[in-house]
Amino acid sequence: MTFLRVMVFSVLTLLAFTGFANLLPQVQSDAPSDEEAPTGAMDMPAFIAYGESLFSGAGTCTLCHNDLGRAPDLLQMDLRADFEERLADPKYGGPKDIESYIRESLVMPSAYVVPGFGKKGSNDTESPMPAANKPPIDLNDVQMDAIIAFLEDLAGYEPTVALPSGEETAPPPEPPAATADQGAPAATTAEEAIDKYFCAACHDLLGSEADLGPDLRGIGARLGEGGIMVAILDPNAEITEGYEPDIMPQDFAQQMSASELKLITDYLMNLPE
Amino acid sequence: MRHQRSLAFVALAAGAMLLPEIVRAAGDMAEAAANLPPAPQPSRADYPQIGGLSARTVAWGLAQMHLFLAAFVLAVPLFAIATEFMGQVTGDRRFDDMAHEFMKITMAAYSLTALVGGSLALALFLFYPQLMGYLLQVFRGQVLIYAALFLLESVTLYIYYYSWDALRYGNRKWVHMSIGLGLNTVGLTLMFVANAWATFMMSPAGVDFTTGAVTGSVWEATRNPLWNPLNLHRFLANIAYGGAIVGGYAAYMFLAEKDPVKKAHYDWMGYTSNFIAILGFLPLPFAGYWLMAEIYAYSQQMGITAMGGILAWLFIIQAVLIGTIMLAANYYLWSGLMRTERGAAYGKYVKYIMVVILGGFLVWVTPHSLILTPQEIQYLGGTQHKLLGPLGIMPAKNTAVNLMLVFTFLSFQMFYRSSRKPTNKFADIGNGLIIALYVIGIINIVGAGIYGYITPTVYKVGASVPQVISTLTIIVGAVIIDLFRLRGAEPEKVHWGRMTERSQYALFVLPVAFTWLMGLMGYIRSSLRTNWHVYTIMKDNSPEAYIPTIGQAGNTITVITLVFMAIMVFVFWLSRLGTTRQKDPSVRETIG
Repeated sequence: MTFLRVMVFSVLTLLAFTGFANLLPQVQSDAPSDEEAPTGAMDMPAFIAYGESLFSGAGTCTLCHNDLGRAPDLLQMDLRADFEERLADPKYGGPKDIESYIRESLVMPSAYVVPGFGKKGSNDTESPMPAANKPPIDLNDVQMDAIIAFLEDLAGYEPTVALPSGEETAPPPEPPAATADQGAPAATTAEEAIDKYFCAACHDLLGSEADLGPDLRGIGARLGEGGIMVAILDPNAEITEGYEPDIMPQDFAQQMSASELKLITDYLMNLPE
Repeated sequence: MRHQRSLAFVALAAGAMLLPEIVRAAGDMAEAAANLPPAPQPSRADYPQIGGLSARTVAWGLAQMHLFLAAFVLAVPLFAIATEFMGQVTGDRRFDDMAHEFMKITMAAYSLTALVGGSLALALFLFYPQLMGYLLQVFRGQVLIYAALFLLESVTLYIYYYSWDALRYGNRKWVHMSIGLGLNTVGLTLMFVANAWATFMMSPAGVDFTTGAVTGSVWEATRNPLWNPLNLHRFLANIAYGGAIVGGYAAYMFLAEKDPVKKAHYDWMGYTSNFIAILGFLPLPFAGYWLMAEIYAYSQQMGITAMGGILAWLFIIQAVLIGTIMLAANYYLWSGLMRTERGAAYGKYVKYIMVVILGGFLVWVTPHSLILTPQEIQYLGGTQHKLLGPLGIMPAKNTAVNLMLVFTFLSFQMFYRSSRKPTNKFADIGNGLIIALYVIGIINIVGAGIYGYITPTVYKVGASVPQVISTLTIIVGAVIIDLFRLRGAEPEKVHWGRMTERSQYALFVLPVAFTWLMGLMGYIRSSLRTNWHVYTIMKDNSPEAYIPTIGQAGNTITVITLVFMAIMVFVFWLSRLGTTRQKDPSVRETIG
């Protein structure tokens, strides 16, 4: 009898918990599409559909872009009006076409932060969104094109991105950089670039705990994107107090490709405090 | 100053000289990583489909069940040995008997733990062979160490339990406790090893971040960034959980027993178990806070997924569960005041404590942003309520949880005091000191909470530290002062067994809510990896690599919890059956 009474009591308690869980807003991310990227040529409707599946799947966009208020609900809002308002805004200094604007939002989310959606305490200067082309999201160029096509279509525009031909599964080759290290291929991720130029040997990056160079945490907020690029390309321009000039290599302008410089800069921009 | 500059120059010069070496070493490592086999990247077709079974649900159910049982089986020996030690120091045989009874329940659950653990391993190898292959590649011989530890755990557990009566007195008792110490050491090591695998999947280390190739030692993979925070969190949670389950056992036996002597024993056991559960529970929010801070530090995206994305709502359910646990534990403690004659004198304070616990619970459960219709947003002027919205952020939550913990401790203290009448001169001064400690501590907790509102985010986190210190100071300080003021106190008669049935159901809420809460937190921790088996290293391309809705997760957790509770109640029933002896019919005939 006690067995039954206790079991009934347990069931009722559990039903109360599960009932409450079912009362809350229900959001589910979709399983990512099986394919890493299209392996053959696609037409635009298929490419848009692929972008939609990435949006709720591998892109993990719906984890935040939903009706819970964490990030703008792209699927519900008037995207077209929002895009046009943004591009017409004189305070917005980014690219002036929709495709580039969306691409910028994907790879440099902090370039423009929608008011009210910045990181707490950043006064909407820093986005909590990770760059979509880096881990953990780690979309490749074709996948980002597909998401751009999906969002352009969603906003009522004719998609402007180029359709994949089926040959883009590998990243496009970097133009050969005029470097002393001619043999090394250009890095495709920030981590590779940091490894390639041994930044972590002196700075505390990627868990190296090195302290020969200054601590770079929060450098994005202090120097901004342009300031970081200057600090890499002309490190003696401004020396952090307590450090000596001429320790950091002066020839990164000749060594790095433009994309590598961008990768490292983006990475440093997103380094937390 | 000049001397410092010279030193700095020497250090820099040395650094500059070493730089080429460092650079070469880094280059060699990168080259070596490029030649090693990368982490597997299975496609959808590589995941075995077996008889239409949902691989994730099978693995989820078995993993969670194994965790419930293992947490219980590892935790009970921890406080069994503490209780046994207490019995040895005080000379009170009741402690020793109770510790023995704790172990009796563990024995019944141990074989089930191993059975479910074996089934889990089998399911993982069947459904996720590539992942398991990769983990074996990372952890290599550690798997064999785990197996050896498991064997050692079994041996020490059986010896510890079965030698209880043979090694009961004198020096032999110390030998017995040494075996118990060995058992706990092996048990904790087992848990730490299993934690290493779970945290490696969240914050991998010892591997190349581009290819996933294993570049480091097993130790590097083991001491990944989240390992120690999870170790501490699970250690404390296991104690709280084990206490709650044993409390459930005591409540069950109390309800089932008719004999007043046995009822009194189980009432005492229930009180002690509740004490253990709350003792483990008190520091748990702080350990959880550390774990979450480390998650943020490791990957901001992972932190945002937890606290800012769809999983954020799960922390509202967590608040409901913890509120339920707090209310049930306090209700049980208040009911306990009727065990002593002096207890009634403290009854008048109960309503105030309840207001604080309930108020804290309501603050904790208040979300920051609300899900509203456009009309409602227009009416409110935003997604946050003007008055209630501020209660949704961390300073309010931290203040609420600290006050709830302080007042739960007060409930304990009231019962402790009701069973002793102070006689020494320090009693009144001590009482004044304790009141001052509470008042100053509470002002500090509320003050730091208010400061949290007016300071930038970076200091908000810092504001929670004085709150925690205040809470711990109140608890530790009040215990120490009470020890002095109750020295030589006249003990009051405690009528163990003088409890309502309702209070026992309150005690039974604890294991149910704890189990569900553990299931929920397991779901959150696992979901943080989103669609990665090993975060940013090995993608999860299985058809179920998505985060289910809160409702689906809640239903799954409920089913798993229900099965677990049914097993536990069955174990309790078996345990009672084991002590029930049929009356000898021939004896009855003779009497008749």
